[in-house]
Amino acid sequence: MQIGGILAYLVSFAIMATIYAVFSLGLNIQWGYTGLFNIGIAGFFAIGAYMSSLITMPKPSGTYAEYVDVLFALNLPFPIGLLGAGVVCGIIAYLIGIPTLKLGEDYLAIATIGIAETVRLIFNNEQWLANGPRGLAGLPQPLSGLVEARFYNYIYLMIVILILVILYLATERAIRSPWGRVLRAIREDEVSASMSGKKISSFKMQAFVFGAMVMGIGGALYAHYTKAISPDVFTPLYGTFIIWVMVIAGGSGNNKGVILGAFVVWAIWIGTQFITNFLPYTLKARAPYIRFLIIGILLEIILLYRPRGLLGEEKAVSRMME
Amino acid sequence: MLELFMYGIVLGSIISLGAIGITLVYGILRFGNFAHGDLMTTGAYIAFFFVTGPLNWVGIPDNMFGPFSFGWRMVIAFPLSMLSVGGVAILLDRILYQTLRNKEAGRVTLSMSALGASFIIRMGVLLIWGADYKFYKPGLIRPALELPAGIKIRPDQILILIVVAILVTAVHLFLKKSRMGKAMRATSDNMELARLSGIEIQKVIYYTWGIGGALAAAAGVLYGIDVQLHPGMGWNFLIPLFAAAILGGLGNVYGALVGGLVIGVVQQMSTAVLLPTYKPAVAFIIMIVLLLIRPQGIFGRSSR
Repeated sequence: MQIGGILAYLVSFAIMATIYAVFSLGLNIQWGYTGLFNIGIAGFFAIGAYMSSLITMPKPSGTYAEYVDVLFALNLPFPIGLLGAGVVCGIIAYLIGIPTLKLGEDYLAIATIGIAETVRLIFNNEQWLANGPRGLAGLPQPLSGLVEARFYNYIYLMIVILILVILYLATERAIRSPWGRVLRAIREDEVSASMSGKKISSFKMQAFVFGAMVMGIGGALYAHYTKAISPDVFTPLYGTFIIWVMVIAGGSGNNKGVILGAFVVWAIWIGTQFITNFLPYTLKARAPYIRFLIIGILLEIILLYRPRGLLGEEKAVSRMME
Repeated sequence: MLELFMYGIVLGSIISLGAIGITLVYGILRFGNFAHGDLMTTGAYIAFFFVTGPLNWVGIPDNMFGPFSFGWRMVIAFPLSMLSVGGVAILLDRILYQTLRNKEAGRVTLSMSALGASFIIRMGVLLIWGADYKFYKPGLIRPALELPAGIKIRPDQILILIVVAILVTAVHLFLKKSRMGKAMRATSDNMELARLSGIEIQKVIYYTWGIGGALAAAAGVLYGIDVQLHPGMGWNFLIPLFAAAILGGLGNVYGALVGGLVIGVVQQMSTAVLLPTYKPAVAFIIMIVLLLIRPQGIFGRSSR
């Protein structure tokens, strides 16, 4: 491979890892700081991706229109797509949070699995909404007229890094504010937090909605990178599980940690592809299963031997408390 | 409509078997076992392995077993699968959950670990058997029986109801009459008190996993007989299983039984107006509505 080829490969790696870092930040707000057990990330992933696609894509015309059914296609600019993805995910999170957040963590977990599966079923079965199982293709990309198509990934990498940095700074700021301290207090001990006069349910709701909005933005970034989405992308494995592994591996409760985790786990995920390339031909078709098996085992090993993750939680109290 | 109701009872009885396992584990260990659906898958595929593998090699004929759509090998494979999955569940506890408990990990960590186990199991099944649909005995469609009122039901489905009834009765007798069953109920009520009364908690936990795993295997095989085998079948059952367990009140075995039947019937009846693929979503909606109006379940106590 030439230098250019390697560079292009690294760029596409970095884009996906950065997008996953956005999801990891979202999950870190919910799980790492507040202790909300969301295992339906794929649902918010899908809603974000579809929302942004529908907002930004032009109305299908000509023969293409005969093959594509969409509820709406607004042809609006990329930032509005991101915003729409975040807002709609926030609203959905709010609705799902009403019955489940005040209950125990197991209920939230199974409810979020439910919402993710339901979202996937709806996008799969409702042809009128977003073209059913065939999904959407040819999605617009921001600033795509600026450079030649083969150099476009460099531009997109800049965009996703910019958004990750903005989200990281916003999250750090929120987490280090008095609001963030309440979240950690809730995670550690709900009873004593509520005895300090904090309304637990509304803080949990805010963290849940905030995290879901970040996930929605991540979904939007994914859609405009791959330019094509269909319901089968947003599976529990690819859309939820791997993000959990990233957060746990990096160190939940540490924003730098989860971003590191996203890059490390994505590198392992890509690395397993090289390993499975050496498999005999007959096993090649089943290579993805081996790759996910490795990720699953990786999670169990981390849970058993290094539950704090690579970086562990950052001390957020005053240094004088040591 | 009556026919859909009957099919709903059949589906519901399968859900009940799984939900009882979930509720038993929750009652004793207080965590949501998200690998339970995949224990069902494991059971279904282990039976498939026995039917097409060892039992075939030793030359057991696979003649039809009565009016049912499977052969004699299945009669042997069924209990073998239950035993194996009971063992798998205990093994998972030994490797993962017990270690985590000893490290005093939180219940969310246990649930996460179970989720990891569920993916590992599913990937293993996919790796060994591939992603295609499988049948215990391909190409056979046995005639349905015609009951009064024009209800058509296959002999398989009647058998499923009978097998579930036998298993549930066995679990009931075990919990009520045997020493271990009483120990399990005591542990579920109050683990510390049970420990102080000299109950070996670790043994109770193994029994819980063994029974839960065996019932999950039975559910998986019965579903495989009724419909087909697929690596994703257990995951698709996860929401109905939890919906049933929550409906009956987590920790309540009889509640899980009734909850399973209710969820099964509603899921099946919904196919009259909705696409059948929406069945998991229907279970999910019931669960959400229930959480809104009566979070402790129909038979649950208002606090633990």
